[in-house]
Amino acid sequence: MEKVKTKRRFSPWMVLVYALLSAWAVTTLYPLLWVLMNSFKLRGRIVSNSFSLPVGDLFTLDNYTKAFSKLNVWGAYRNSLVISISVVVVVILLAGLCAYALVRYQFKGKAFLQSLVIAAMMFPVFSTIIPVFRMMLSWKIVNTDSLWLSLLSTALPQIAGNLSFAIVVLSGYIRSLPIDLEEAAYLEGCSVFQIFFKVVVPLTKPSFATVGIFCFLWSYNDLFTQMFTLRNSDQWAITRLLNEISSQEGTDYGLLAAAVTIVIVPVIIIYFCLQKYIIKGMTAGAIKG
Amino acid sequence: MGSMIYKNKKPLLIFLIPAFAFMVVFLYYPFFLNIWNSFHVIKGLGQSAKGWNDPWYSNYLKIFTDPKMRTAMVNTLWMMLATLIGQVGIALLLAMMVDNIKRGAKLFRVLYFLPIVISATALALLFNLIFLYDTGMLNQIRMAFGANELLDFKKGSLAVLTMIIPVTWQYVGFYFIILVTGLNNISPDIYEAASIDGATKLQRVRFITLPLLHNVICTCITLAITGALKVFDLPYTMFPNGMPNNKTWLTGTYMYYQTISTKDVDYGSAIALVIVVLGVVLSQIANHALKEKDY
Repeated sequence: MEKVKTKRRFSPWMVLVYALLSAWAVTTLYPLLWVLMNSFKLRGRIVSNSFSLPVGDLFTLDNYTKAFSKLNVWGAYRNSLVISISVVVVVILLAGLCAYALVRYQFKGKAFLQSLVIAAMMFPVFSTIIPVFRMMLSWKIVNTDSLWLSLLSTALPQIAGNLSFAIVVLSGYIRSLPIDLEEAAYLEGCSVFQIFFKVVVPLTKPSFATVGIFCFLWSYNDLFTQMFTLRNSDQWAITRLLNEISSQEGTDYGLLAAAVTIVIVPVIIIYFCLQKYIIKGMTAGAIKG
Repeated sequence: MGSMIYKNKKPLLIFLIPAFAFMVVFLYYPFFLNIWNSFHVIKGLGQSAKGWNDPWYSNYLKIFTDPKMRTAMVNTLWMMLATLIGQVGIALLLAMMVDNIKRGAKLFRVLYFLPIVISATALALLFNLIFLYDTGMLNQIRMAFGANELLDFKKGSLAVLTMIIPVTWQYVGFYFIILVTGLNNISPDIYEAASIDGATKLQRVRFITLPLLHNVICTCITLAITGALKVFDLPYTMFPNGMPNNKTWLTGTYMYYQTISTKDVDYGSAIALVIVVLGVVLSQIANHALKEKDY
């Protein structure tokens, strides 16, 4: 008995397993800490000694002062939030309604519509962006100086790109709801719309949260669409701004480190607060997809 | 059963039309228009087609003769190999290890998934600093271990590797989470029965874990193949314009370059269609190859 216990606790196999797992964890975490650390150092110190902590005379806030004065960081944040929040709201609403109907109603052509949803997940944005751009040009919402129209033109393709994923994930959850609750609400005199908003949505809130977080992250991080739709610097959202910094200020390493930190810190905070929903939803989406 | 609520089909239109209208206008119609575009002459983004190409399929001939396109295809295939072996492989090892431990499994999940939520553009800037010639993180480490000269990771034959490593690294956590979920679904009783019968650790992996994970691994492979074809943000920021010397093109970045910089929009459309076709065909082939294999 004694022997088995000690073997469990100190088995070299387990030590190796933990060592390997920790090694990979270091590769995912350390680069982020490294860039955070170096964002508080001057350019010269980064290229001479990037591993020491930014304490004492190594510490400086210069990079951040420069980043906020030179770059339109707040404007880019505002643009990113406007785009991503509208994407999230529209996707959740439309996908929720659509998933609910596809799960609960029996009608002709239902299987066809479901396969349309699945097939839509196969189109990479490369294969649709050129005609979409031309279409939006004819509506006069791209290549304009208007800030709001250009943000709208970024949100529209992103909404379409996220819809099918959202419908697939939400359908899975709505299907698992017992229909009794909806029937009870119906007997109380609720219309289908009331049933949807007062019964179905509250019961599947966590999955709506998951889908919302995912759409937000995809939209916030998507550079490709922004390269097409955001023309002027006041229209740039945060990833587009980063891309421009790297081509214009490629040698100001302190500024680059500060810019990277400014962009990833909010995302990391959101991630650690909401990781439960993120990881759960990811698996649901990937396996069903 | 057969609930009365859903007998009235009128609300159906209000439920379905907005979502499907979006998909038809922004996905299906543009997708088919893109195919039509790829046979026509289009000399700028947003311009209308000016007649058929001569011959109408000339863009597809060009894809086979264009040396930069060949580089893009070769690099994309390398990227695919890296995602298959590197991402799915590493993820599988990590997942099997995490499945064996009692403490800290949740922490590892959270840390491994972290890079996926960060924008690839930000990671590109970060990796530019890590791979910096004079002198980034890696060269500083090399010097500390006694290397005499700096290594330029973004030049020559190293460039493609430097591009592939961060992309591979970023998505390991994605496949890790899928595989861990798959492993959780395998009942511990089976392992117990096997070890009572005297199966070694390796035999348990070979005859229990891998066969039972088969479907999940197939999903991962499909995702890895289509994912490798969609890579854009990180290479585009780290290696703009296929630098150095057109060595680092990928199908996605080259499609953007042809569309925006060269203004050969119809050629860009053709490349985009090739990306879709490659994704569908290669993932079908991979799945068939795996299905035939008998455990």
